[in-house]
Amino acid sequence: MATQLQLTPAPLRARLRRNRLRVLLFLAPGLVGFAVFLVYPLVMTVWLSFTNSNMISPARFVGLRNYRYLLDGDPLIWHAIRNTGWLVAVMVPAQVLFALGVAMVTARLKAGASLFRTLFYLPALAPPVAATVAFVCMFNPNSGPVNRILGLLGIHGPLWFNSPGWSKPALTLLALWGSGTMMVIFLAALLEVPAELYEAAELDGAGSWHRFRYVTLPTISPVVLFATVTGVIAGLQYFTQAMVASQVANGNIQPAPGYPDGSTLTFPQQLYIAGFNQFHAGYACALAVVLFVVAMAFTVVLLRRASGFDIEEAPR
Amino acid sequence: MTTTYAPAPARQTRAASPHQAARGRASRRRKLVWIAEHAVAVGLACAFIGPIVFIFLTSVMTDGQSLTTNLWPHHWQWSNYRTVFATAPVGTWLVNTVLYAVAATAATLLSSVPIAYALARLRFKGRNTAFLCVITMMMLPPQVLVIPMYLMWARLHLTGTIWPLVLPSLFGDAFSVFLLRQFLLTVPEDYLNAARIDGCGELRVLTRVVLPMMRPALVAVGLFSFFNAWNDYYGPLIYTGETPAHWTLALGLATFKTSHAVQWNLTMAATLIAMAPVIIVFFFAQKAFIEGVTLTGVKG
Repeated sequence: MATQLQLTPAPLRARLRRNRLRVLLFLAPGLVGFAVFLVYPLVMTVWLSFTNSNMISPARFVGLRNYRYLLDGDPLIWHAIRNTGWLVAVMVPAQVLFALGVAMVTARLKAGASLFRTLFYLPALAPPVAATVAFVCMFNPNSGPVNRILGLLGIHGPLWFNSPGWSKPALTLLALWGSGTMMVIFLAALLEVPAELYEAAELDGAGSWHRFRYVTLPTISPVVLFATVTGVIAGLQYFTQAMVASQVANGNIQPAPGYPDGSTLTFPQQLYIAGFNQFHAGYACALAVVLFVVAMAFTVVLLRRASGFDIEEAPR
Repeated sequence: MTTTYAPAPARQTRAASPHQAARGRASRRRKLVWIAEHAVAVGLACAFIGPIVFIFLTSVMTDGQSLTTNLWPHHWQWSNYRTVFATAPVGTWLVNTVLYAVAATAATLLSSVPIAYALARLRFKGRNTAFLCVITMMMLPPQVLVIPMYLMWARLHLTGTIWPLVLPSLFGDAFSVFLLRQFLLTVPEDYLNAARIDGCGELRVLTRVVLPMMRPALVAVGLFSFFNAWNDYYGPLIYTGETPAHWTLALGLATFKTSHAVQWNLTMAATLIAMAPVIIVFFFAQKAFIEGVTLTGVKG
């Protein structure tokens, strides 16, 4: 652009105005989208969270009543918070570690690495509903193959999606099956670690653990952070698999959110129920505000480290 | 976990006999490590592909056999796939899903390219702020905005249709903008400047120079938005949950077992119908998928 300014004799002010107009033109759809599909609903969510909106009659300001109900009133919300907390604290780290492990194995393969990468990635694309239905069938205690295989190994398999204690671990296995996206990202990062670093470490007598700890991990840590934060945000949104698994495992046409025994009721599910089954839109918006604050806190962590987004590297 | 990726440095020893023995040991060890690594990979591949094979095998079993723990069908009952379409409006769900996915993909591609180009290649005040807004939109859980959005679409009398799912894509999709921008940053500025010196306006630079170079990124973004829509459950549940005529495959499949089929075989056939397009397209376009994923994460 600088060269262009020197080459063209047109007055600078006119050019700057034209540039601004052009940028506006390119960004116009995005600016409209940002206003209509982000700023407006976000402001409305915050406003509605202070009202008794029920989606039909006009909303009336009720102060902090919805938030008080959240803290002590809603009998199920702490269940939902605990479950979502479990997913963020157990399922997401398990996913990151598993994806990292698989990527490390794949990076070492000398034969068929790209075939294996393809096979490992494929399940990540499977529709979540289809994958969940299939897993509930596979983990079915009576007819599913998983408990049969465990039985051959002499292990008496649990009830999985029908047991309050095992439903979340079963969902975690489903998440591991679909962790191919993280695996591909880790694999790309691992292959970019300069080989000289390993050679230098080896000359210094570093064993394989030390090479991993002091060469691999520091080099790929921005990517791990990026994957962890996006994983946490996905964990906070966890809805589809929990909802479908409880529906299919329960086997009843009447929806039983959180089946079995509230063990799969997540925070976004409680928000959905409050808003769209009970029509407590005001209260649902209060839950949405909580979700927003938590998700943004994690996003800020990511942006503070400024990894993954190379804002600075954009040409000036 | 305690592994390395660097090849072991070649031993520069002469063929003296004690050295030779050491070398023999090292090569045997390397061979064992090779076998162990590939065995782990094969095991993992079985775990990853096993469920898909299981879905397929169950989907062609007879009603009776799908209640047992048998893994291999005694009788390959291909008619299950016809029965599925007769027991539930799977055809309608398919049409709705294709409509949603195609429309959303076209809208996303059309709207996201110019935004990404401006964010990556045009100079203006507030560009970094604009990009931060894109990241915020990408990271924001959809549940945060769902109540006001539903009220907005209800006021426009569009709830109960797939329009609320498609129309927002006309105004740029945050993830697609992000991915396209990451790609555009890798295009050398010289190409663009050459076109600019030749007197091309930015729109011409974009359509004549950048777009042809962007093909892999466009394919990746197109595939991602297509399957995003194909796989979407939350959006259709919110907007068309009450109107079965507008259900997508994801919605129908979620209630298939409880409301249409007692047996697993038909449920698995419906499941495979939902999965098949993803699997087929993936095997033809896996490079685009994997390059796309890599693009989102590798810049560190």
